[in-house]
Amino acid sequence: MKIHIKGHAFVFGNNVDTDQIYPGRFVEYTDVEDIAKYAMYGADPTFIKEVQHGDIIVAGTNFGCGSSREHAAITLKAVGIGAIIAESFARIFYRNAINLGLPLIVCPGILKEVKKGDVISFDVSSGIITNEKGSIMSAEPFSDYVLTILENGGIKTLIKQQLLMR
Amino acid sequence: MHAIEKLLAKRADKVSVKTGEIINCEVDMAGINDLYLQALRSFYEMGGVKVHDPSRVIMFLDHYAPASTILQAQNQKEFRAFCWDQGIDLLMDIDQGVCHQVLADKGLAYPGEIVVITDSHTTTHGAFGAFGTGVGATDLAIILATGKLWFSVPEIIKINFEGKPPHGVYAKDIILYAIGELKADFAVYKAVEFSGSTLQYLSISERMALCNMTTEMGAKTSYIQPDNITMAFLNEKVTRPYEIYETDPDFVYADEISFDVTTLTPQISAPSSVDNVYDVTKFIGTPIDQAYLGSCTGGRCDDIGIAARILKDKQVSSRTRFVIVPASKGVLLEAMEKGYVQTLLKAGATFVTPGCAACLGTHQGMLASGETCITTTNRNFPGRMGDTKAQIYLGSPAAVAAAALEGKIVDPTSYIAKENV
Repeated sequence: MKIHIKGHAFVFGNNVDTDQIYPGRFVEYTDVEDIAKYAMYGADPTFIKEVQHGDIIVAGTNFGCGSSREHAAITLKAVGIGAIIAESFARIFYRNAINLGLPLIVCPGILKEVKKGDVISFDVSSGIITNEKGSIMSAEPFSDYVLTILENGGIKTLIKQQLLMR
Repeated sequence: MHAIEKLLAKRADKVSVKTGEIINCEVDMAGINDLYLQALRSFYEMGGVKVHDPSRVIMFLDHYAPASTILQAQNQKEFRAFCWDQGIDLLMDIDQGVCHQVLADKGLAYPGEIVVITDSHTTTHGAFGAFGTGVGATDLAIILATGKLWFSVPEIIKINFEGKPPHGVYAKDIILYAIGELKADFAVYKAVEFSGSTLQYLSISERMALCNMTTEMGAKTSYIQPDNITMAFLNEKVTRPYEIYETDPDFVYADEISFDVTTLTPQISAPSSVDNVYDVTKFIGTPIDQAYLGSCTGGRCDDIGIAARILKDKQVSSRTRFVIVPASKGVLLEAMEKGYVQTLLKAGATFVTPGCAACLGTHQGMLASGETCITTTNRNFPGRMGDTKAQIYLGSPAAVAAAALEGKIVDPTSYIAKENV
């Protein structure tokens, strides 16, 4: 398992929707470089100036609810978010992010354990989330199929192999 | 098994499926809309050459109909070229309207079949007994390449609505009330079946509104068991055989909830989350800058008809603009034939080309900072229809039309003549 996750946390609340992650007026952009300019623009326009490669987003329930726009997952991956840990995720956002190889980690109760800037690490084999300030939490395990997708860096690699084997 | 499980099993070429199982299903109809050029790019990136089955792919140029920027025009040019190159005949160009309404108008959502579209409100097709679900660009690219997609078999929840809705209460009020009670993440990853005696009073248009809004409680799909209302609608449109599945009597739902709608009042979802729902009386007098009637949720001919009856021989308030976006060309033609368009234009409404328009904050009716809008659409998230400091209230078509007339939120009940219910 090659997934190593450690980074500073940005913290958001419950029901962060895709309009906040990536506002509708920018969905006409299709190139990753353009999409990367508007990450979290509707929730916090300063996010894009502060985010560093490897940072982690921590959020409450139903993160990514709303639209099916893949831009929401693309933009967070493009700005270097290493993982998103939330109490729960909306379904389409979950699929979109996993398909792109962006780890989404489900951990009920995470929100009250993390403040902005805390250093968070996640051990995939044990499912343990550690906040360097002292708290330790257990994540829900990935399903086998999701783990396979993540280990391959996203689903496109798997489908590409499948098409080649025909 | 549940009817949904039976149809999933059939498409996965299995005898049975169980909750949580990951299955790979044949997709009967895959739709792409014009926000998802990444789907085409990912198709080629994965080594795709020819689309697996072009007859099961439909392209919708609905979110930017017609293009408002050069980039949108450029994107649509690529979509058209892809259709022509790949032999995709179902190109629904900018004249057609919102994907879900176009599928309904053309009878392309069949009971017992899987409909996957790059649009979160694909749950709408539960109104026809189809398994409709929204996906992103990569998932759709996988269907283009293989004809199939993986699903986890969902838990299924039953929501019963009981009794006849009172005068002035519509499907939108019923579903907003349910979302307010159950909350925005109630059905995440789950399927929602609607049942109960209320359904017999709801037309296909109203049922589509119910199923459409299950997305706002997080549902993966929704389902209404096809009945005589469904069949009356479908029989005029469908062109090939299909199978209707029935739920076994011993099927156990993950959860079952019932609502009595006989005492329900008009409901309003207040800024800035859909589950922030109250009786309309809480907001009476709130000044409205823009009233908006449209979308796959509330832009059908019945909805426009309600507005036309409320505004007949009257005028939209001088400080309010009333933007109407018919959900499809079919809807617009019917509304013209019935005289609704003329009535509403004379009353001061602004008509926009059928499509998604300002529902998702892209163009054609955007809101400025500090403005307040009441709308028949599905979401009131910050920035959903324009500036993040605009306030969005969701309501029924009657609540929107009555607010357009008065320039403020009112209880719409008294604006609807009894004989028109």
